[in-house]
Order: sequence, then C-alpha cells, then structure tokens
Amino acid sequence: MPDLMNTIGIWLAAFFTFCIFSFLYRDNPFYKLAEQIFVGLSAGYGLIYVVYSTIVPNLFAKLSQDFSGNLILLIPFALGLMMLTRIYPKTQWISRYPISIVIGTSAAISVMRSLKTDLLLQVGATIINPFQGSTASEISGNLLVIIGTLCGVYFFYFSKKQEGLAKIPSKIGVYFLMVSFGATFGYTVMARISLLIGRLEFLLKDWLHIIN
Amino acid sequence: MKRNIPLILAFVSGLIVIFSEFIPHRPFSSIVDSLQEWFMIISGFAMLLGVMSLLRMNAAKVSTRSPDWQYHLIGIISFGLMVLMGALWGMEEQAGILGQGASISAWLGKKPFDYTYTHVFVPLSATLFSLLAFFIASAAYRAFIIRTLESNLLMIAAVIVILGRTGFGTMLTGWLPESYRFWHLPNLADYIMQYPNTAAQRAIMISAALGVIGSGLRIILGIERSYLGGDK
Repeated sequence: MPDLMNTIGIWLAAFFTFCIFSFLYRDNPFYKLAEQIFVGLSAGYGLIYVVYSTIVPNLFAKLSQDFSGNLILLIPFALGLMMLTRIYPKTQWISRYPISIVIGTSAAISVMRSLKTDLLLQVGATIINPFQGSTASEISGNLLVIIGTLCGVYFFYFSKKQEGLAKIPSKIGVYFLMVSFGATFGYTVMARISLLIGRLEFLLKDWLHIIN
Repeated sequence: MKRNIPLILAFVSGLIVIFSEFIPHRPFSSIVDSLQEWFMIISGFAMLLGVMSLLRMNAAKVSTRSPDWQYHLIGIISFGLMVLMGALWGMEEQAGILGQGASISAWLGKKPFDYTYTHVFVPLSATLFSLLAFFIASAAYRAFIIRTLESNLLMIAAVIVILGRTGFGTMLTGWLPESYRFWHLPNLADYIMQYPNTAAQRAIMISAALGVIGSGLRIILGIERSYLGGDK
C-alpha cells in the first residue's frame, strides 16, 4: 500500500507542477486552484510547525510536567492570548501589552546583534593591511574591499548633500553597489534555473521514468 | 494608561536585554533568559493571530461571494486539512492528539501531514519559485538596457557570475593559457564575489546596522510609537 500511495503522491505532485506551469500560458482556473491550495497549506504548515516547535515545548510541555514550578509561564500564556484580541477592533488595545514586550525585546536584541556582528565585526574585517596578500589579485582585491566599503558607506550618508568633490566617493560607492547587485542578480537567476531544472528532473525522472 | 503602560513595558524589556549584554550575571542573565522564552511564546501566538487574520479575510470573500470566492474556499479547506492532519497525528517525530498514527502511517508510508508536505506543498513551492526563471528573463532585459556606466557594470557582473558558475563558462575561457588563469570566467566570478561584492555587501551591512541601532533605540526610548496603532 505505501508504494501505491507513493505513486499517487508523485501523480499529485506532477498535477500541481503542471497547474503552476500553466500560468506561463495565462492566468487560468488550474493555476488559481494550485495557488490557493499553496496559500492554505503554507498557513497550515506554519501554524503546526510553530505549535510543535515553539508553543508545545516552551509552554504546554513544561506546564504539564510541573505546573506549580512553572507558574511564571502563565504570564506569557496570558500575554499570548491577549495578542489574539487584536482581531476585534474594540479589544485591539489589549494586544498593545504583549506587542510592546515583543517589540521592546526584539528591538534590543536587534540593536545588540547589529552592533556586534554587522557593525563592529564588519568594520574590524575592513581594517586590514591590503598588502598582506601573496598575489597581485589578492592585494588588488584587499584594496577594492577597503575602497568599496568606505565609498559604499559614504554613499548611504544622507545627512549632507553630496556635491562637488564630495560626490566622487559616493559615485565610486554606487559602482561597487552596481557590481554587487549584478552578482546577486546572477546568483538569483542561477538559483531559479536550478529550481526549474529540479522540477523538470522530477517530471522526467520520478514521474515519467524517461531519464535515469 | 492604554499607551503609557505599553511604552514602559517596551522600555523595561529592551533595557533588561541591553543591560544583560554588559552585565552577564544574575539577575540580568536569568531575567533575559525568561524574557527570551516569553518572546518565543508570544511570537508563537502572533503566528496564530496572523493565520486567524488570513482566515477571516478569506472567509469574508467567501461569504460576500466576491469574484473567485470558490478558490478562497479551497484555500480555507486546504488550511483546515493541513491543521487537522498535523493536530491529529502530529508531524515528523512529534505525536498528535491521536498519537503517532502508526496504522495510517503504515498505509500512507508517512504521517498524513508529512505526506501532504512532501507530495503537495514542496512541489507547489518549488514550481512557484521556478516560475520566476521565466519572468526573470524579461526583468533581465529591463535591467540590462545599457544606458549608463552603472547599468554596464550591473550587466557585466551578472553575465560573468552566471557564466562563471556553468560548464559553458568554463569551456569559453578554458583555452586560455595558465598564465592568464585570472581571466578564466570561473576565477573572475569568484574574484567578483570575493572582493567587490564583499565590499558592497559590507557597506550595506554597516549602513543598515546603523539604521537598525537608531530605530531600535527610538523604539526602546518611546520616541517611535507607531507599533501601538491609533489613539483609542
């Protein structure tokens, strides 16, 4: 029986693959059907995943094992339930309390994380001796990293109008950003084409058994 | 009352987390551990709120018989089925209300939730994202119209990275002698990723970090209050 169900599963996957690809012709009922099923399944998957990975182990499992020892957890439980009051306009204000804790905590976590990893570490990684490389390409690369980072940061400085000589580093920063956006675009194209190849491979290999 | 207490809560919770970074001892360390656990639990309920909002929006479309309401109904049904399967028999190693569902798992080969995930959700999401491979071609045409030095740089970098990551790119420059190794497309693509791309990404990260720190402090200090919503 599992083999039969696996075969049915492969046919289902092939059907939905064609439903989505049918959009290449134009918007049609099959695409709309697949799109809405995807939305529904995504929401359902997300909810179940959060329940099993966050709410059950951090809240219900602890309360069921030792209720009196974990009484403090009733506070986030109550705050969580208060969060749900946002759905009705009249009770919306109650949700401000849990939201403010989430926002305050996440803002502080972001501040500290950005300060350490995105600011101090990145600045530290840029303060290097460019001539420590062993080859010409390494030395030129190190110089590019230093110049590109400084000019790129300068480009994002909006407090003063950049004109005259002050515009030159900003322009250089834009050139570096353009190269980076081009490289990122190239990577995105490759990732999407890999996904497309994956779907074609599924159709030709798993579904039709045309290729090995 | 309705606005000041939330502002105080945000200020206190934010300050405790920041203090705990500089004073990693009790009581700050234990308070911040509890606070992060609370944060996860409340965020879980926020996910539930998001799902409820989505369902409410779709249910309104179905009840008012708006255009294509049938598809929204199918969306609600597929959501309900996924949640029901996950709640009854669980997912992966997790048991549901009815336990591990050994009999239904033996029949399907997997738990119903995992079966739907593998055979419906994964193909749908992979195909939806692969669809962008076709539309990205028209985006590329618009992005690569060469008018300025900036668009030239964008195009050249993208083409080198794309070709450098394929066998075709290797073949194109494979005939170059070893002394010109730097100009081999895969090496050129690596160079672009390692140096100019790193420089630009680093500039973006540093600038974004300054922005995050500024807006984070504004929230903690109560200057930024938009998350509280209206005045009622």
